[in-house]
Amino acid sequence: MTTRYRLGGLSRLDTTLMAAGAVLLALLLVLPLVASPLVVDKLTLLMIYVLLAVSWNLLAGFAGLVSVGQQTFVGLSGYFVLRLVEAGIAPLPALAAGSAAVLVVAWPLSWIVLRLRAAEFAVAMWVIAETIRSLVMFDPLVQGETGRSLMTLNAMDADLRRTIVLLAAVLAVSVALVTSYRLLRGRLGGESQAIRDDEEAAGSIGIDTLRVKRTIFLVSALGCTVAGSLWLASAITYQPRTAFGINWSVFMLFMVLVGGLGSFTGPVIGALLLFAIQEVFGDYGSWYLAGLGVVAILFALYAPGGVVGLITGRSLREPLSMRKTLVAPRG
Amino acid sequence: MPDAFLPELLQPLVQALVQGTLLGGYYAIMAVGLSLMVGVVRFINLAHGDMAVLGALLVITLTQGLGLPIFAAILIMLPVMALAGYGMHALLFERAMRGGFLLPILVTIGLGAALQNSMFGLWGSNTRSLGADIGALSWASWTLPGGVLVGQLPVLVCLCAVLVIGSLHLVLRHTRLGRAIKATSTDAEAAELCGVDARRARRAASAIAVGLAALAGVFLAMRGQITPYSGPAQLIFAFEAVVIGGLGSVWGTLVGGIVLGISQSLGGLVSNQASLLTGHLVFLAVLLLRLFREWTAAHGGWRASVRAWTTLHRGRFARRKGEKA
Repeated sequence: MTTRYRLGGLSRLDTTLMAAGAVLLALLLVLPLVASPLVVDKLTLLMIYVLLAVSWNLLAGFAGLVSVGQQTFVGLSGYFVLRLVEAGIAPLPALAAGSAAVLVVAWPLSWIVLRLRAAEFAVAMWVIAETIRSLVMFDPLVQGETGRSLMTLNAMDADLRRTIVLLAAVLAVSVALVTSYRLLRGRLGGESQAIRDDEEAAGSIGIDTLRVKRTIFLVSALGCTVAGSLWLASAITYQPRTAFGINWSVFMLFMVLVGGLGSFTGPVIGALLLFAIQEVFGDYGSWYLAGLGVVAILFALYAPGGVVGLITGRSLREPLSMRKTLVAPRG
Repeated sequence: MPDAFLPELLQPLVQALVQGTLLGGYYAIMAVGLSLMVGVVRFINLAHGDMAVLGALLVITLTQGLGLPIFAAILIMLPVMALAGYGMHALLFERAMRGGFLLPILVTIGLGAALQNSMFGLWGSNTRSLGADIGALSWASWTLPGGVLVGQLPVLVCLCAVLVIGSLHLVLRHTRLGRAIKATSTDAEAAELCGVDARRARRAASAIAVGLAALAGVFLAMRGQITPYSGPAQLIFAFEAVVIGGLGSVWGTLVGGIVLGISQSLGGLVSNQASLLTGHLVFLAVLLLRLFREWTAAHGGWRASVRAWTTLHRGRFARRKGEKA
């Protein structure tokens, strides 16, 4: 007689966490009504961090693709928005269209870079970020190092703009969390984790590795571009050196590594931690950034599972786990 | 200056070619350590450029702060940095490598951020240079027939590159340690079975790589100015030179460096910005070509693969049309 195994479902903790997350995001939606402008701006930044961390974790944690060049998409979306606004499109639609336009670059790019070996992929993405930055700086609109402000957005009522940007950010984070959850829980999640653990073996059991990696790459790029547009909408000034800066990658690495690489809740926790650390130590400037690097190294060496790994330990009862567990029928 | 030897139009072109070749020597020193790391340790140290800057800043402090002659400062700095490379491997990378191939890359990104920002904290944001410490060498040049100027320092750096790469080649080939490094890079497990201490070989490779990066950093500071944040750009150049020259080949790195240097200086004829861009584009072109060749090699030559590809897609197209009908 054969035993019929089935895939494990959600635990009590998982559903509680999901409900709590939904309530929190809903609260953030009504917050602009009561909160001060400073709080709204900070929360927008937090949302941008969550979005970046979730996107980077999709790539590194679930598909095993470490990229040091995701700032390509952050910077490029800002540039596209700038160009669209210059072409006479209203700022808010331009922010949305700019994010989508980046996929036109990301798609052909994925055909090339995903064929590279792991470490090469990381640095090649960085070179691509630098290449695109130099190209963008050729555009007189950007004014080289000086950068340019999104004038039309500045002309909007400041409070209204803040509220809209926060709402858009909360919406983007909700969509990102739900989409990545559904993607990873489904077939793609299993396939991508198989690729991360052993690409050759995954290919040999019939997984179209390139297609899976490309899907993840594009979804992750989209997350970064939306984050880039949101960041431009809240910062208003666009400077190529900041927008394409390597610091984005350092932040993403920090959030994901400290939160928990390859776990669903990890990047959110990491984003909260980065945000908190920045609030407390941000004034120390370069020493603060150096500290981030050191903490990231320590986590990589001594707690590669991040905070989530430290909490759950070896019990394998990770909250909202994307692991496929088999459950034997009762009796 | 019109010259019988070289037409006026060609003069800047030849000048750019000569300068690019010499610049390539600098890139080669920077890249050969990285190439060694890629070959032996099998990951890319993203803090390689920052190691170069650290070496340069140490020499600057020793000369400008403590008043040592520059040659002595370099001789003190090199073993210190090589030791740092050895320690870095023993303390950080070995542990990280046990956790799979992702962690070492992550560790080196963190290391880069930590190094750059601590150097900024320690040395400040000022641009620094060793130009003043080497006297006339920093600007002196020879004039070739046709009015082509050749800086003495770039020639020295380029000769140094040939010397470094040549001796590395000899060390890898003819010493016990070198053979251990080569064996480890070919197949670490098989090497261990033959009694090679792969761990020691990796640590040694790391020490050589960091030492050479630091030497390159000193040359960088002699040629121009550096800041604590100059490292990442140097890493990118080194990586480009390694990929253009072909992974794991010592002499290939010199070729890669020279190709990169020439592309940059030819681009520099257009504008300063175009110089870096041309370098990146040449790198991407080489990468594309390599991917294309890997793809065709896997499908029995390029003619066969193109034919297979078109047949495959024609078949798919016909099927789709059939379904519609």
